[in-house]
Amino acid sequence: MKGNEAIAEAAIRCGVDAYFGYPITPQSEIIEYLAAENPEATTGMVVLQAESETAAINMVYGAAGCGKKAMTSSSSPGISLKQEGISYLACAELPCLIVNVVRGGPGLGTIQPSQADYFQAVKGGGHGDYHIVVLAPSSVQEQYDFVKLSYDLAFKYRIPVMMLSDGAIGQMMEKVYLSDYIPRSTEKQPWAATGKTKDRQRNYITSLYLKTEAMENKNIALQAKYKNITDQEVRFEEIQTGDADYLLVAYGISSRICMKVIELARKSGIKLGMLRPITLWPFPTNRLAELSNQVKGMLSVELSSGQMVEDVRLAANGKVPVEFYGRMGGAVYTPSEVFDYFKSVFLK
Amino acid sequence: MNLDELKKEIVKDENIVFKKTKNLIDTTLSYCPGCGHGVVHRLIMEVVEEMDIQDNVIGVAPVGCAVTAYDFLDIDMQQAAHGRAPAVATGIKRTMPDKYVFTYQGDGDLAAIGTGETIHACNRGENITIIFINNGIYGMTGGQMAPTTLRGMKSSTSPRGRDISREGYPLNITNLVAQLDGTYFVTRQAVHTPALVRKAKASIRKAFEYQKLNKGTSIVEIVSNCNSGWKLSPVDSIKFLEENMLPVYQLGDIKVPNEK
Repeated sequence: MKGNEAIAEAAIRCGVDAYFGYPITPQSEIIEYLAAENPEATTGMVVLQAESETAAINMVYGAAGCGKKAMTSSSSPGISLKQEGISYLACAELPCLIVNVVRGGPGLGTIQPSQADYFQAVKGGGHGDYHIVVLAPSSVQEQYDFVKLSYDLAFKYRIPVMMLSDGAIGQMMEKVYLSDYIPRSTEKQPWAATGKTKDRQRNYITSLYLKTEAMENKNIALQAKYKNITDQEVRFEEIQTGDADYLLVAYGISSRICMKVIELARKSGIKLGMLRPITLWPFPTNRLAELSNQVKGMLSVELSSGQMVEDVRLAANGKVPVEFYGRMGGAVYTPSEVFDYFKSVFLK
Repeated sequence: MNLDELKKEIVKDENIVFKKTKNLIDTTLSYCPGCGHGVVHRLIMEVVEEMDIQDNVIGVAPVGCAVTAYDFLDIDMQQAAHGRAPAVATGIKRTMPDKYVFTYQGDGDLAAIGTGETIHACNRGENITIIFINNGIYGMTGGQMAPTTLRGMKSSTSPRGRDISREGYPLNITNLVAQLDGTYFVTRQAVHTPALVRKAKASIRKAFEYQKLNKGTSIVEIVSNCNSGWKLSPVDSIKFLEENMLPVYQLGDIKVPNEK
């Protein structure tokens, strides 16, 4: 099945309560698949096409504020529109899933794959001091699996989770192992606005703290939560790092291309490995710092002008050279292109 | 006799003929003296009490003066981003269809930045109640021009009066959404006299009751005053409201259900 369809199927099978979206290429298959499957008749999952991305993220806010599993999906320009809502969701600490099937930008850009929304996803995007968990799938199976993982993390920490995919993973077709249906939850979240019963105080979902002290305390609490997530939830995959002299760092579609680069390098007798961040926030900083004691150089490979490379450099902290290779605006590199660049900077 | 004992002596249960609804939290409202917000808050909570739906109602607070409504209303609420209340309410109502869901919005929120959300929620016929406070000005940010600011009316961003040739016309959004098939009950009321308060309350009650029918959106506009933003005394602001606001925003039902 298609990467986008895998997300939609996973949403139905994970017991998601509501999807609110707006069409935009290259992710429209998500809402189309849900509309065709009509889960409202089976699991009771609401599927609604909103009038805009802005409205969709605010519908997610409303449903999430009731403790429901809500999600939305879009692609880069649409995600920009959602940033207001994401900032509010982050402050109100509402669990939800936001899928970004990234396309080339800036502006209306192109519908081809890109990874140029890394900064927007991991450094905030909207206003204020906040983070959301960012998961980067590199296969259609992971697009499927990460839906459940997203909600597990979102509800464990009361935080929005973004799945940062790209136009290539969203559009490619691969085999997917489907999980069993999880019924929609009937459990009431103690913090949710579901109607004030006599046995409790009123619940209100808000991001407004007019008094400086209250707003600062809110920020301190948020940062403590982010620290906890950073300590607990870093996820990554290592490919042939055991004996590696050099390290590629790549996620999403780039990590798939880099698998081939490693093959090319190993055939030439170069011990090349890869670290693939699965969580882009929290970032695998500690592991990269350890690896910077082992390898002679790192190459961050991204479909952007060089965004994640900044975090790789912070992790390496000057111990080894960290180089960058990328293409922009929807262009995708070939493995030999990456390998040639690798050789040109490290094996002069 | 101390004050509490004295109060008890004077205010005996058997003597009480009128009291504050229990759904209104016992605290000082943050609104300016003379403002209509407090009256409307109270009317909504009286309706909630009379319908006995406190455990089944979810409110959405706007950006604007009423952003702190949840400090006063003893019900579950969500605070929405500026203008987005109808979208937030859509998310609530679609996933909690058995609950009574209402938004409380001002003119800047509903008729400027949130025009899209307002029109589309109404057009989908979301089974929610929209309480729309129209005072023709941005109150909380200090009296700037709103979409409903009257022709020639002064504000901090139209200091020489609203110039139609530059800033356009006062937006009568309630009449506009009444044209949509998705709206079920649309009315315009006011709360500056006791008689009007009673009529407004009856409209709010109807708007809530209609949610049970699943027939579409109910909108109750309240034409209100903003004496601080209008730079008038409370009494003069009511005079201004009657003489200038009401000819443009005429009171009465705009769309009523075809009940047989």
